[in-house]
Amino acid sequence: MRRLAHHDPRGVLRLVTAITTEHPRTRRGTELILLVLAVGLVLLAYADVALVMDGRLPTDLLPMGAGFGVIVLAFHLVLRWKAAYADPMLLPIATVLNGLGLVMIHRLDIAAGDDIGQGAAVRQLMWSALAVIMAIALFFVLPDHRRLRRYTFTFALAGIVLLMMPLLPVLGKNINGNRIWIGLGPFSFQPSEIAKILLIVFFASYLVQTRDALSLVGKRFLGLPLPRARDLGPILVAWLASLAVLVFESDLGTSLLFFGVFVGMLYVATERRSWIVIGLGLFLVGCYTAYLLFAHFRSRVVLWQDPFTPGYSDQLAKGLMGMASGGLFGTGLGAGHPEFTYFANSDFIIASFGEELGLVGLMAIILLYALLVERGLRTALAARDGFGKLLATGLAFSLALQCFVVIGGVTRVIPLTGLTTPFLAAGGSSLLANWVVVSILLRISDQARRPLNETPPSLGSDETQAVKMVKTR
Amino acid sequence: MSELTVTAMRFGILALLWAFVFSIVGVMRGDLYGARVVSRGTGRNARVASREQAARPARARRNSLSHLAVIEGSMRGITLPLSEGGILIGRNPECTLVLTDDFASGRHARIYAEGDQWFLDDLGSTNGTFVGHQRVGEHVPIGEGARIRIGTTVLEMRK
Repeated sequence: MRRLAHHDPRGVLRLVTAITTEHPRTRRGTELILLVLAVGLVLLAYADVALVMDGRLPTDLLPMGAGFGVIVLAFHLVLRWKAAYADPMLLPIATVLNGLGLVMIHRLDIAAGDDIGQGAAVRQLMWSALAVIMAIALFFVLPDHRRLRRYTFTFALAGIVLLMMPLLPVLGKNINGNRIWIGLGPFSFQPSEIAKILLIVFFASYLVQTRDALSLVGKRFLGLPLPRARDLGPILVAWLASLAVLVFESDLGTSLLFFGVFVGMLYVATERRSWIVIGLGLFLVGCYTAYLLFAHFRSRVVLWQDPFTPGYSDQLAKGLMGMASGGLFGTGLGAGHPEFTYFANSDFIIASFGEELGLVGLMAIILLYALLVERGLRTALAARDGFGKLLATGLAFSLALQCFVVIGGVTRVIPLTGLTTPFLAAGGSSLLANWVVVSILLRISDQARRPLNETPPSLGSDETQAVKMVKTR
Repeated sequence: MSELTVTAMRFGILALLWAFVFSIVGVMRGDLYGARVVSRGTGRNARVASREQAARPARARRNSLSHLAVIEGSMRGITLPLSEGGILIGRNPECTLVLTDDFASGRHARIYAEGDQWFLDDLGSTNGTFVGHQRVGEHVPIGEGARIRIGTTVLEMRK
């Protein structure tokens, strides 16, 4: 079957190649094989933890394995039914990352002496199940990703409300100096994770409408085509909003993520490098101002320059020492002491993996993230509509940026900021959001890879009806 | 539990993790080499088109017209299959063939089949749709080799 695309050297968005394969393949069988491998890997890691820490195989290996397998298999079957042409690699990668995260959280529970029924691992397991159910449900409520365009401004408003929610007096909770949580009874939730998705949908929809104005008009300055002053509006609004997040919620990570994703999508939509220059300039101004204003931010920079500075938190130093003690092949799961680092199961889970799986294991995990992002960008290339392209690009880029910010922070490439490691870190809101991201990417990739003559009647039915009206007139 | 088992499992996990990474890369590689990228240029396109037809005789039924090729304009070199449901052409991202042509309308024209014949509809475009040098309206029959001009883009019906 042939997938239509258009190759234009000017840029990614309009980049299309006419690709022809002999037969349209759904690749669901490949996905099943990869899933079996993924579940096997997670169960091996789970058995290994019990073997090392308790000296015997876990008694609940079979029920655990069956439960995990059933959840994953359910997703796989829904894909066969609802999105047969979806990308075959997204689900296995997400499964492995989520599963390994669960094993590591469980292992840290044991080290902390938590009762298994009360520990973070059980909560994470429940959130995983809930997240997968939400991701599956999305296939039923959203038969076509283009429907999201109908709610462009609703999503923008909802995103901003969610983002600002932690500032409300009763709902908002201040945990460890970051006001990014809302509490509902015993649960706390990080609404910025959901806001991330809503705002990316909004950006994609908005930029598809306005990219021509943003990319065509304007003067050149120093060889860079500069946009008109009034077209700068959106980028300034995005910048101010992320500054507001930074100032009022002291959440550097989220603020960086939003602004970065917006600038990235602006660049992809308009193909103009000047947006990157402007974005980076604004970013540097914001960083410098924050550095001057907030002690909180200054201490991150001090620790980045020297993690052993006396009088500051030794979290970063402990993470680095942990990874150093892991060496090339790691201590083996359950044999190291990642629990010495604070937040070893959330912010510093990458350091925990670095210690127990070593550089070899950590590289594999980083590679899995890279492959996940690659599949997202591949989906964007193959998507037939501009909105789908921009949405997939934005989601994939947000995953990439998030990984860079977190892993870069833990490994002291950039100053440490509080963002969650996608799929691995303990935290329900992040897990939920990431599974929804994967679900949307699967939905777009299904439409991108589906042969034209198999397109379900629901797609483009508006067009067909309109044409019929013209014909009968 | 013996030291040996633990060590074996420790390296087994790393090996399986990398095996997983490599099987994913392997699938991606299969996708890359399993696909034939149609290069521009009429000669090769024609050959590919005929091979496609041989592979799928069902498509050959409809008057043997199977492809629409862009032969002039910024998107020159692209071909797309004429599908049963018809083809919508324009700048709107929802179109089957999305033109990057400043002189095309959002929903510019439509090509569809009735029985064995393909027809062209101009959907009320601003700058018009031309077959040859003739500006056309609705329900215009088009045959093999018909050249359809939309803005600066010229399309050709091919076998």
